[in-house]
Amino acid sequence: MIIGMVTGQVYSTIGHPFYRAKALLLVEREDASGGRTGAYILAVDTVGAGVGQRVLVLDEGTGGRQVMGSANGPVKSVIVGIVDDVTHS
Amino acid sequence: MLLGRVVGVVVPAVVYDGLAGVPMLLVQPLDRSGEPEGRAIVAADSTRMAGPGEVVYYEGGREAALSLDPWFVPVDHAIIGIVDDVVREPR
Repeated sequence: MIIGMVTGQVYSTIGHPFYRAKALLLVEREDASGGRTGAYILAVDTVGAGVGQRVLVLDEGTGGRQVMGSANGPVKSVIVGIVDDVTHS
Repeated sequence: MLLGRVVGVVVPAVVYDGLAGVPMLLVQPLDRSGEPEGRAIVAADSTRMAGPGEVVYYEGGREAALSLDPWFVPVDHAIIGIVDDVVREPR
């Protein structure tokens, strides 16, 4: 899984039926020290995350479909948590 | 998934079984700000509605083929939807 910051939301009318009525968020990946890497990913929200929140993103198809309860939806990246804090050692 | 802009239409002469009639579009990947980044790819268009100039979101890997019908086809990138708008946080 990866940690990132939600920095935007994608709105779409025409798309695969799987994504109908699902929130698609733009998540910018963080590096190990919490800085932004410049890389991003679009992920389906399952936890009610919003812009400005740090989130945990599952980036794997089979697990993503399990979370979404879909046998063959074209989904890979799913937001599965909201991060309060990361303690570095 | 990532954002991309459709920059061309690919017209295959011969395709593998199951891909006949599936639109193939040339997609320029975009960065987090919507600027072009990296090399263009060819993506199958599962919406069958995307066209040049439009911003789309696309998936790579096995999930790309899952967006198509039939889904057991040799495709590594597919357009999943057309973007109306991306609302970004103010910087």
